[in-house]
Amino acid sequence: MPDARSAILTRLRAGAPATVTPPDEDFAPVAGIGMGGEERLARLRRAMEAVHTEFLDARGADWVPAIHAWMVAQSLPSLILAPRTEPGRRIAERWPGLGAGPRLIPYDRPLAEWKAALFAENGAGLTATLGGIAATGSLILIPSADEPRTLSLVPPVHIALLEVARIYDTMWQAMREQEWSRAMPTNLLLISGPSKTADIEQTLAYGVHGPKRLLVVLV
Amino acid sequence: MATAEFRVSARKALADPELRANFRRAMDGLMSRRADLFARAGDWAGLRALGAAARLRALARLPELLERLEAKLVERGVRVHWAETVEQGNAIVGDILRRRGARLVVKGKSMVSEEMHLNHFLEGEGIEVLEADLGEYIIQLDHETPSHIIMPAIHKNRRQIAKLFFERIKGARYSEEVDELTALARAVLREKFERADAGISGVNFAVAETGTLVLVENEGNGRLCTTVPPVHIALMGIEKVIERLDQVPALLALLTRSATGQPITGYVNMITGPRRAGEKDGPDEMHLVILDNGRTRVYADAELRDVLRCIRCGACMNHCPVYTRVGGHAYPGTYPGPIGKILMPQMLGLEKVGDLPHASALCEACTEICPVAIPIGDILVRLRREGTRADSRAVQGAGARRSAFESLVWSAWAAIYATPVLYRPMVWTLTRLGGLLPRGLPGLRDWMRVRARPRFARRSLHELARRAGLPDA
Amino acid sequence: MPERPAAVYYFGTCLADLFFPEAGMAGIRLLRAQGVEVIYPRGQSCCGQPAYSAGRTEEARRVATAQLGLFPRDLPIVVPSGSCAGMMRAHYHALFAGTQDAAAADRVAARVIELTQFLVDVIGLKPRDLGPPITVAWHGSCHAMRLMGVGDQPKLLLRELANVTLVEVARERECCGFGGVFSVRQPEISSAMATDKADAVVATGAEALISGDCGCLLNIGGVLAKRGERVRPMHIAEFLWERTRGDG
Repeated sequence: MPDARSAILTRLRAGAPATVTPPDEDFAPVAGIGMGGEERLARLRRAMEAVHTEFLDARGADWVPAIHAWMVAQSLPSLILAPRTEPGRRIAERWPGLGAGPRLIPYDRPLAEWKAALFAENGAGLTATLGGIAATGSLILIPSADEPRTLSLVPPVHIALLEVARIYDTMWQAMREQEWSRAMPTNLLLISGPSKTADIEQTLAYGVHGPKRLLVVLV
Repeated sequence: MATAEFRVSARKALADPELRANFRRAMDGLMSRRADLFARAGDWAGLRALGAAARLRALARLPELLERLEAKLVERGVRVHWAETVEQGNAIVGDILRRRGARLVVKGKSMVSEEMHLNHFLEGEGIEVLEADLGEYIIQLDHETPSHIIMPAIHKNRRQIAKLFFERIKGARYSEEVDELTALARAVLREKFERADAGISGVNFAVAETGTLVLVENEGNGRLCTTVPPVHIALMGIEKVIERLDQVPALLALLTRSATGQPITGYVNMITGPRRAGEKDGPDEMHLVILDNGRTRVYADAELRDVLRCIRCGACMNHCPVYTRVGGHAYPGTYPGPIGKILMPQMLGLEKVGDLPHASALCEACTEICPVAIPIGDILVRLRREGTRADSRAVQGAGARRSAFESLVWSAWAAIYATPVLYRPMVWTLTRLGGLLPRGLPGLRDWMRVRARPRFARRSLHELARRAGLPDA
Repeated sequence: MPERPAAVYYFGTCLADLFFPEAGMAGIRLLRAQGVEVIYPRGQSCCGQPAYSAGRTEEARRVATAQLGLFPRDLPIVVPSGSCAGMMRAHYHALFAGTQDAAAADRVAARVIELTQFLVDVIGLKPRDLGPPITVAWHGSCHAMRLMGVGDQPKLLLRELANVTLVEVARERECCGFGGVFSVRQPEISSAMATDKADAVVATGAEALISGDCGCLLNIGGVLAKRGERVRPMHIAEFLWERTRGDG
């Protein structure tokens, strides 16, 4: 409706302040705060565990069998993965040698072609991350053609790999160092815990729409 | 509630002890969580200054930023629509859905859609709309409107929700367990997400620099609405735009901490366009509807414009002693609480909101905690003033509250209080004879509903000070 | 700490004038006991807040204008009310902007200080308690806290008193529902707020409710009196004077 557009913009221009001195911005409150590596991890873990995120420390070990063992222990029936990503390939390669365990399901076609099956699946989805944010306890995800958005959204359990060396102090620091604004992807996510709600009497309940559980695997 | 007299609806709410207990409990919880978090997380003042600066900078260049946002979105394949009125906005959404043959729509939380009464409109078009946020779902089941902009079902307790689910959801088992109630809603809605032809969402921040829509939520329903259905329609008011992506962290921190006392929400969903070639999910068609609905008029006044800084955190409601006692449904229009008190008179017109601008003790609890430092009290006073001025065009319905009697009272008051030779004899008289004032006097009668009659002193401070020999200059 | 002036102006407020003159006098006595000369301009009436809050800007300005000329010397203007002080300090600038009195209004506003702020921040008063043991509750006014930035000062003064036990009122920062004209223009909501506040005060078991603002005292005290509660509402100036007789 081009008429509405010009009417709105014309009215705004007519009302716009004549002299504009926009206030300066001091980013100190959101900038990095010079945390050490261990402190970053500790902060991230504390914040995420406070909202029921689970952790599996696979540093210095092979994370594929670690995930396999965890899933077997949790009796999870299936693992949906992104077959063309590096972690996806690695799992596909190693999984058969680990013995009985969850079935692997590659996310290798458009959602529309298997929506019902994906929604019916009762296992976990595995994604990589682009790092974490210590101050808020968040994972940075950039879904892509190879790693779809629904992989971290529809399965009841989300397993995310986090490289400990890629944890930033704050969101502001992460977006500057990773230069988000230069080329924003279709979707960029911060995930800070499993799905939750407090809409009934302010009482926290987990797994309302998205994943009921979030497992962060430290690598 | 459309435009009833606030005082009447407030009276009804005050007489409902269950409602009052529900709000008191919820607001106490929200206030203490926010206070705890800011106490731990330090630099509230610095963060607030940064957030306010981002909003002020955006408002200072609003038309330009909206154009830049539009250009960036179009570049990324988003179709941008402008609506001056809610009717136009509804028609735009209706057209998109009709063209796609949509029968079922899932919707994330959007206060702009509440302004538009979009659900009602779409149902009239034969389209099923399902609210996906748990709180919104609850009130939709009960045919209600949100009583709080962040916690729409906060007026209900779990017993009331249990009863509602049992009565309205087919096959539901009665339970007052929050986990069971939540699981029930999950089961109903999951099937709808899967089948939905389109998803509708609001927008928390729209970044002009990159053409990014930032959506904040905890449940995942927002992600599902914007990811699974083939069409995504986002709705926002013209004021939602900000200049740059690097302003998001501060605004986000202020929003989630102020709203629910969380350092961040479970999901921060940044969307920059529909699905691109090769991507396996995400909507293949994405729209943004930019709504005016009276905001350009608000923008035209330098003082009233500050209302448009609002980032819809709801903290002013949580801290408002009036809201806490009457709840959101007592207020006219879409937005309750302090922000509603300064926004709705401008959106609906002063003639439609009755005494709403006066329903505040001006305690300034809202101003104190507003994360973008909106001078809420000052704007309320301004709206009270506009209510008495027929000569003003700043607000629709200016002069609507003009009363010759009140004007006379205030003129007399000013004449006496500005003139010592009138003021001092008045005080002398009241201290001697004030006890004789009839108790039926309008103000006195209202005062004495729960209070004893105020007793005038026998000698005024003026008299005592003179007697004590204090110098006059 | 700012330098202690030899003299101050005292703006007693219209509510104290009519309802709490003893509180007004107690403030004056406390200041004089500290060797501060107190000037009480006879032309004073009201800061203009009732009209200002009602949106009656012209009437508010008319009354406020009558106060501007009362404080010619460069001395602090001490006000035994956070609300009236807040009106002058926070709103006079906007009220007089663009008028011929703008500069005079700014000069007055800048010198306004609330009584407990003056006693603690300027005088450094350490009152010495001469009274019997008593338990009291404190209620700070909204405008003292939010317009004048009064923080711990009143509580510091009360805690200096050896025989006084200070107890906290639940939700102590919440408004008591006075709000001037609000109390009679929105009587239902105001009554609910005042009733809740009185309940919270009574629940503390305190024998006296101390506040720095006559409006709150009139409001909460009115509810307490109607119910026949034994809690005594009292202005902090009067309480301090009663406890110390100027000693300290």
